[in-house]
Amino acid sequence: MIEIQNVRKSFGALEVLKGIDLTVHNGEVLTIIGGSGSGKSTLLTCINGLEPIDSGRILVDGTEVHARSTDLNKLRQKIGIVFQQWNAFPHLTVLENVMLAPRKVKGMSKPDAEAMAVKQLEHVGLGDKLSVYPSRLSGGQQQRMAIARALAMSPKYMLFDEVTSALDPMLVGEVLDTLRLLASDGMTMICVTHEMKFAREVSDRVAFFHQGVMAEIAPPAELFGAPKSPDLQKFLAATA
Amino acid sequence: MFNYTFQWKQALARLPQMLDGAVVTMQVALLSMAIGIALAVVLTLFRLSRSRILSGIATSWVEIARNTPALFQIYMAHFGVASFGIHFSPWTSLLLGITFNNAGYLAENFRGALKAIPDTQARAGRSLGLSELQAFRFIVMPQMLRISFLPMTNQMVWAILMTSLGVTVGMNTDLYGVTQDLNALTFRTFELFAVAAVIFYLITKIIQLGARLLARRMFRY
Amino acid sequence: MFDTALSANDLIFLAKGAGMTIFVTLIAVFCGTVLGIVFGIFRYQVGPVIAAPLTFVLDVFRSIPLLIQLVLANAFLGMVLRLGMSGLTVACIVLTLYTSAYCAEIVRGAIESVPQPVRRAARSLGLSWRQDMTNIVLPLAVRVGLPSWIGLSLGVMKDSALVYVVQVTELLKSTQILITRLQEPLLLLMICGAFYFLISFPVARLGGYLEKRWTHD
Repeated sequence: MIEIQNVRKSFGALEVLKGIDLTVHNGEVLTIIGGSGSGKSTLLTCINGLEPIDSGRILVDGTEVHARSTDLNKLRQKIGIVFQQWNAFPHLTVLENVMLAPRKVKGMSKPDAEAMAVKQLEHVGLGDKLSVYPSRLSGGQQQRMAIARALAMSPKYMLFDEVTSALDPMLVGEVLDTLRLLASDGMTMICVTHEMKFAREVSDRVAFFHQGVMAEIAPPAELFGAPKSPDLQKFLAATA
Repeated sequence: MFNYTFQWKQALARLPQMLDGAVVTMQVALLSMAIGIALAVVLTLFRLSRSRILSGIATSWVEIARNTPALFQIYMAHFGVASFGIHFSPWTSLLLGITFNNAGYLAENFRGALKAIPDTQARAGRSLGLSELQAFRFIVMPQMLRISFLPMTNQMVWAILMTSLGVTVGMNTDLYGVTQDLNALTFRTFELFAVAAVIFYLITKIIQLGARLLARRMFRY
Repeated sequence: MFDTALSANDLIFLAKGAGMTIFVTLIAVFCGTVLGIVFGIFRYQVGPVIAAPLTFVLDVFRSIPLLIQLVLANAFLGMVLRLGMSGLTVACIVLTLYTSAYCAEIVRGAIESVPQPVRRAARSLGLSWRQDMTNIVLPLAVRVGLPSWIGLSLGVMKDSALVYVVQVTELLKSTQILITRLQEPLLLLMICGAFYFLISFPVARLGGYLEKRWTHD
C-alpha cells in the first residue's frame, strides 16, 4: 500500500504539490491525468525518493520514504519507475541493461539474473533482441526494454511517468499493450498519462491533478462520465 | 653536398641497445597511463563530491598539472620531494611526474565527457536501486571512458614523448637516455638521435593504430 | 617563512630566465601561427592527397619528442651544415615549426567546422573565394579555433622549458643552476612553478570562458 499524506513540494518559489492526500491499494491501477505543470510527474519521483519533499509523508508498505533512516536503495527495489525518456544505457546490450540491477543491487548470480532478464524481455516482446544495443531499437522497443528493466527487480509497485509521450504515435500502441498486460497480471500501478482511452480502459480509479491539487478522484466511468469540477470538464473537453 | 660524412652504420649497430631503451620507454608510459587513468577517475569523483576539501584537492591537482611544464613536474618529483628527505630513483621520479601530468589532463577530459552524459542516466540507475557509486561505476563511467577514448590515446602519445624528459633527472635506461649515453661514447649525435626519432615515431604510430583497433573491438554500440 | 641564501642577484638571474622563456615563446607562437595558418589553409584547400607530404612532415613534429627535435636540429645545423647559429636561433626555429604543426591542425579543423551549406550560400550570393574566406569562414572559424590556439600557446610556453638542451638558459634552466648552487630545490622550484602557473592559469581560464561563451550561442 502506498499512502501519500498531505505532501507539499516546491521548486524555488513555485509550489508544484499543494498538499496531496492519496492512498493506492495493492492490486490497484491508478491513473493520474492533468495538464502539464499540474505536479503529477513530480509526485511519482517523490514516491521513490528521487525527489525530496517539503512536508507531509509518503509511506510505502508502512516505511516512510523520506525518513533519514530509510535505505532508499533497498526501498527502490520495491518500486519500479519508467520515465517518459526511456534512458536506455547505451553501452550495454538489451540483456545487460536488464541484468545490471539484479546483479549489482540484488547480488543475483549471473545465470539467475540472465534467466530473469530473458523472462521479462520475452514478457514485453523483446525476446529476439537480447544481444542488440539499444541504439538499434525503436523508441517503443527501448521503452518496453525500460519496463522489462524495472520489472526484473520484481517490484511490488510500478510507476509510469508519461511513458508514451515521447514516442511516435505509431509506437504508442505496443507500449500501452505492455501496460495492459501488466495490469491484467495484477501489478499495482500508478500511471501518469495523457492517453484518456487507456485511462478509461485499465484504471480502477482515475485522479485529476490541477495546479498542484488533486481536484477529483473516482472510478473511470464516474470521472469521465460525470466530471464534477469545471476544471476537469474543461480539461476533458480540450483533450477529447 | 655536405661537408660531413654520415655514418649510419655506427648508429644502426647500436640499434639493439636502443630498442631495449624503447621497451623501457613503453613500460614507463603504459604504467603511467594505467595509474593515471585510475587517479583521474578518483579525481573526477572528488570533483563530483560534495566535499569542498576533496574537490579542492582535485582542482589544484588538475590546474597544476595543466599549467606548469611537465619537466617542472618531474623536477618536483625528483628534486622537490628530496627536500623532505625522500629520494626517488630517476625511474620512479619520471613515472611519478608523468603520472601526475596524465591524471591531471585526463581528469579534465573526463569532466568534459561527463557533460555529454545526461543526468537522467544516473537517475535511471538510482531508480533501479543502484547506489550513487554503483550508478557511477556501472552506468556513467563506462560511457565517460568511451567518450574520452581519443583524448586518452593522445595522452598516451604524450606520455611516450614525456619519457624523454627523464634524462634530466638522471634516467639512462629509456630510449632517450640510452641514446644520450651512446652519444657521449661515439659523438654521432645526428645519426643516433635520428634513429631514436624514427623509433619514437614508429612507437606513436603503433599506439595510434592499436588504439583504433582496440576501439573497434571494445565499442560496438 | 624560509631561511634562505637566495639573494637579489639570484632573483634577477631567475627573472632573466623568465624573460627568455617569454621571448622564445612569443617568437615561436607568432611565427608558428603565421606558418600554421598557411599550412592549415593549404591542407584544406588542396585536399588530403596533394597535401599528404606536408601532412606527414607536420605529423612527425607531433610524434617525436621536442627534446630530440632540438638536438637533431642543433646537430644538423651545427655539425652537418656548419652554419654556426646560436642556440637561441635553433631553439626559435624548432619551436616555430613545432608550433606550426599543431596550429595547422587547429586551423584545418576550424575551417572544416564551418558548415558547407553556409559557404555555398555565401558563394551563391556572388562572394569570391577571398571574400567568402574573410567574411564568412574567418569569423566562424576563429570562434572554433581560438580556444585551442590559446591552449597551444600555453603549451608552447611550457614546452619551451626544453630549449635548455641547445644551451638557452630559460626559466627552468636558471632554476636548476641555482638549485645546484644553493641546494634549496623546493623553494626555487616553487618560485619557478608559480611563475608558469601565474601566466598560464589566467590565460587558460580566459580560453575556457571564450569556449563556453561561443559554444552556447
